[in-house]
Amino acid sequence: MDEPRFTGEQAVDEFLDRFRLDERFPHILCPGCGIGTAMATLARATAELGLEQDRLCVVSGIGCSSRVAGYLDCDTFHTLHGRAIPAATGVKLARPELEVVVFGGDGDIMAIGGNHFIHAARRNIDLTLFVLNNFTYAMTGGQASPTTPQSSHPAATAPYGNVERDFDICFMARASGAVFVARSTAYHVAHLKKMMKLALGRPGFSVLEIVSQCPTLFGRQQGMADPVKMLEWIRDRSVDVSEVKDPWQVEDRFVIGVLHDRVEVPPYSELYEGVRGLAQARGRR
Amino acid sequence: MGPRLLSGNEACALGAIRAGVRFFAGYPITPSTEIAEYLARELPKLGGTFIQMEDEIASICCMNGATAAGVKAMTATSGPGFSLMQEGIGYSVMAELPCIIVDVMRGGPATGTPTRTAQADVMQARHGTHGDPPAVALCPWSVRECFDLTVEAVNTSERLRIPVIVLMDEIVGHMRERVELPDEVKLWEPANPKKPREEYCHYEDAVNYDSQIASFGEGYRVHLTGLVHRKDGFPTDTPEIIKWNLDRLKRKVEDNRSWLWDVTYEDLGAETVIVTYGTAARSAIAAKREFERKVGRRLGLVRLRMVWPFPQQRLQSLLKSARRVIVPEMNQGQLCRSIERTVSRDVPVVSVLRYDGEMLSPEEIIEAL
Repeated sequence: MDEPRFTGEQAVDEFLDRFRLDERFPHILCPGCGIGTAMATLARATAELGLEQDRLCVVSGIGCSSRVAGYLDCDTFHTLHGRAIPAATGVKLARPELEVVVFGGDGDIMAIGGNHFIHAARRNIDLTLFVLNNFTYAMTGGQASPTTPQSSHPAATAPYGNVERDFDICFMARASGAVFVARSTAYHVAHLKKMMKLALGRPGFSVLEIVSQCPTLFGRQQGMADPVKMLEWIRDRSVDVSEVKDPWQVEDRFVIGVLHDRVEVPPYSELYEGVRGLAQARGRR
Repeated sequence: MGPRLLSGNEACALGAIRAGVRFFAGYPITPSTEIAEYLARELPKLGGTFIQMEDEIASICCMNGATAAGVKAMTATSGPGFSLMQEGIGYSVMAELPCIIVDVMRGGPATGTPTRTAQADVMQARHGTHGDPPAVALCPWSVRECFDLTVEAVNTSERLRIPVIVLMDEIVGHMRERVELPDEVKLWEPANPKKPREEYCHYEDAVNYDSQIASFGEGYRVHLTGLVHRKDGFPTDTPEIIKWNLDRLKRKVEDNRSWLWDVTYEDLGAETVIVTYGTAARSAIAAKREFERKVGRRLGLVRLRMVWPFPQQRLQSLLKSARRVIVPEMNQGQLCRSIERTVSRDVPVVSVLRYDGEMLSPEEIIEAL
């Protein structure tokens, strides 16, 4: 399934057709940012899977990553800060035939939206969640986020270094009940596309963490203002899941690949369809 | 259908179902929970959806999502939950999502008095969310009106593309009355069908209200945002468009005030007129009857079935000959200031207030007369 369905010019057209190129571009993202890479990869992944644009709904919250919703040509829902997951839950339950994708950043999904993340995973709502982890609140200027590593490097709201411990997004997802959990990075573009396609193909609550570079803020704070340097940092810290004994016990590395996959758990919509059947049967009696 | 014994909360849930609501997202909170329980049982029978979310913030956002996908949706809560929902209500206003929020009021601030009554959220319903939002809030005083005004709230929200708030309170929510409900209710139908996708613009002036809009999943590739946006829905920072966007929201209510205003009245020729709403009006009508029987003088009564938009001009004409106005409320005087601004300066406005969790009694109103 990793082979593109399209080749040559047709592939390019199909890919470009996924963006609102007319007047929404150029985008607001900084040069060297990883969000554009992730957005383009999402467009490629959906094109290669043959997902119809009219059946795709991309939901986001607030932050740099959440701006992705404004550039994609499909139904797009730019909601409140932290609230993409509950909003997407409403869309999915109201129109189960739609492919509902949530795209958000580490601050949006893991801090202000953390509780929604946990409960959507617990319910196994049929959503695909892409969390772009750039370790910082980028839109507001580089404040510490729940994934900012504990370190002596300053963040805008941790000028003496960050004393708080960071979240492992994938571990949180698994512990909360997500049925598919994977990690990739903005450096490993082919791998990222593969992971996106897998996540999109899974029923239930699927989570893909995308480790990404923010050279403008996090990078500068960590002494890696050059995007290439940041990408090399991501590359050097990444290790494939096949090369580790226990992916949950690896310190200071990004373990990439599929970390957790339980296809047998029925998604919420399927179970609620059963509730409807039961309610209707009792109503008739 | 024959007469039934229903609580206000049940009547509200029934009204919502009759009005076509097929989606509920909410969180348990006293004294509104019976609405959620009723809909948890009934919505799946109709192919609808009930979901209990992790909190009220998630509830309102989930409801907004369902609304954006084209399903009539609602939530129900009480004071503390209503506070948590305020940002989401602002989103419904900004993205122009028709939905209803039922607030079965209790006392506050904070956890306040969960099992007691109050009309404590009148101002929160008007100014709870930040920015300059338009607001529509209905205020039933009986079980039957919980049904009727919920239907009206759904219709108004659809017609204006706006969230509508139903302000009930603990008494009207939990009280049981014998009611006869209509077999059919009149539902709002858009006069203008939506344009084909090529010509469609989600926020053009012609579709500010009274028009059908596109939802997710219909192939219109709609973009919704809470940012100030242009006619096509995409964000902007241009001052003229910011003003256009905010004026557009304001006009939803301003252009439609005359039919939105919903006021009942009797004996307006009397020197003293009571102006009230919701549960407090039940005591006011009892006070009126008692006063007239004992004193033998008529007492005017104006009851607001809709507190927002405030019917200022309507009240100005209704209270033209009033020499004294009495305003009973179960809070510290939230609506009386609006009424003071309505009557001329030489007409005294007397506030009759109770905020100890008990219902305002007819005797307390008579005392003030």
